Amino acid sequence: MKKVYTRPRLLKRNRFHYCPGCGHSIIHRIITELIDEMNLQDRVIGIPPPGCSVFAYHYFDVDMAESAHGRGAAVATGIKRAFPEAIVFTYQGDGDLAAIGTAETIHAANRGERITAIFINNAVYGMTGGQMAPTTLANQITTTTPYGRDEKIEGYPVKMSEILSLVKGAVYIERVAVNSPANIRKATRAICKAFQAQIDDLRYALVEILSPCPTNWKMSPLESWQWIDKEMTKEFPLGVIKDTTREEDAD
Amino acid sequence: MARVLMTGNGAIGEAAIRAGCQCYFGYPITPQNELTEYMATHLGRKKGCSFVQAESEISAINMVFGASLVGVRAMTSSSSPGISLKQEGISYLAACELPAVIVNMSRGGPGLGSISASQSDYFQATRGGGHGDYRTIVLAPSSVQELADLTHRAFDLADKYHIPVILLGDGMLGQMMEPVEFKHEAPAELPVRSNALRGAKGRPSRIIKTFTSNPAELEEINWSLFRRYGLIKKEETTYETFMLEDAELVVVAFGIAARIAKGAIKTVRTEGLKVGLLRPITLWPFPEEGIQELAMKTKHFIVFEMNMGQMVEDVKLALEGAGETSFYGRPGGVIPTPSEVTRVISRLYYQKGLK
Repeated sequence: MKKVYTRPRLLKRNRFHYCPGCGHSIIHRIITELIDEMNLQDRVIGIPPPGCSVFAYHYFDVDMAESAHGRGAAVATGIKRAFPEAIVFTYQGDGDLAAIGTAETIHAANRGERITAIFINNAVYGMTGGQMAPTTLANQITTTTPYGRDEKIEGYPVKMSEILSLVKGAVYIERVAVNSPANIRKATRAICKAFQAQIDDLRYALVEILSPCPTNWKMSPLESWQWIDKEMTKEFPLGVIKDTTREEDAD
Repeated sequence: MARVLMTGNGAIGEAAIRAGCQCYFGYPITPQNELTEYMATHLGRKKGCSFVQAESEISAINMVFGASLVGVRAMTSSSSPGISLKQEGISYLAACELPAVIVNMSRGGPGLGSISASQSDYFQATRGGGHGDYRTIVLAPSSVQELADLTHRAFDLADKYHIPVILLGDGMLGQMMEPVEFKHEAPAELPVRSNALRGAKGRPSRIIKTFTSNPAELEEINWSLFRRYGLIKKEETTYETFMLEDAELVVVAFGIAARIAKGAIKTVRTEGLKVGLLRPITLWPFPEEGIQELAMKTKHFIVFEMNMGQMVEDVKLALEGAGETSFYGRPGGVIPTPSEVTRVISRLYYQKGLK
């Protein structure tokens, strides 16, 4: 019988600490599978952030270094500038990339750093217990928006992918979700493309992933998948937001 | 190589390149811009090297963190307010045991302060500076020549002990011009540090991290850091002595203040006052033993700093009551004149009944 599905070789045999229904484990699987398929494990350096995925290095069997909160893009810049042969990816949450690390992110993209950003958008601060994130939806209840996010008081959900699409140094930006087998396949293709942009020595690439957080959303895993479709994608529509990879000359 | 006339900031840049620094990341702030500009001009286009003008001080130190992860020599520089911003990154560098060189051409504070030379960052530099229990090696040059020499030493120490090293100068040292001789030629290629992250090729994958959910594990990490700090204290403490052989009164001063103190000591010596100088070159580790040895010969110490009294605490800690400590300082970026310091020293000398 032909084996069609197996544990990725580069996913360490540690039990995930993530909650049931969390998107991180799916995304970890996609990335490790791709690194193996694209034969990058010898030169990949991953930069996980503080947050639930701070322990990503327990699962990725590649070189990894933890970044300070929000500084992933700056750390990745330093790595890539000092060692251009590396394939560098940051793994960042919405608080990390769209709040405390906004400046690092926009400027790394603007310099056209040859790095790949994996941006996990779950509309809350997960590890700290479900506070409002920059991407929290209007009226969404979190522990710091107990009456729902009032846009007049707490501002609007920040659309980092759209903002970054205006930055010239970014060559590829796509928003995907990991809430159905079909969407997971699309996410895989997007992440593959974002790594390929770096292999081709193009410039900044980012994949935003709408990812379920059933624990902090106080939903079942199934409800959280449905909530992404019904609510999140209204504010954060899926699809390619920018792709100039074909126009780019590798230099 | 023959001596050349350079600004202190430029001399740091040239010495860093000759020490094999491959990456410089910085952000403009006075009075250290000449260093950033020197690196943009002389390092930025060099093969295998990189210069980035970062979007913030925070980014600059994190770029240093990234370059250090992959095992190359990297540095950043700034001045007081900018160094405050870098403290998060310095704490992470210390926790990850990553080498890095951080230059602080300090200026008057607190707050935005002034752009004039000051020594008010002594506490910040010598107590770690950021969060957590850690130390950095702190080198305090007092001439352009020493800026160059200590820049080289800073890179060597950082690599030897896997620790961030702070070069603590000030706006005056950075901007004044003096003859300087560079004693080293740039190395052809430095070996990559053996524990660097370069991709898991032919070896198991590596992790460099600081977070642990187990306090016992973190305690052991702290113990291990402090065992290394103990070794650094033993091996690397350095200081200069000046006219101390027969001194009845010892001036303790560092950096540019020590230059001013030397001028004052020469003057009071012509009047027959037996005064000498101890100048710590490493502020951390502090030359406690040097101070203690002097206390066996005299009980009279005066600490002179361009701040409200910071290093004086280390002198008192070293003396543990074995001597009397006076202090003279000017904060806010005011640079005292040698004649002012001369008056302070001789007044104290007579008050103490030493003559």
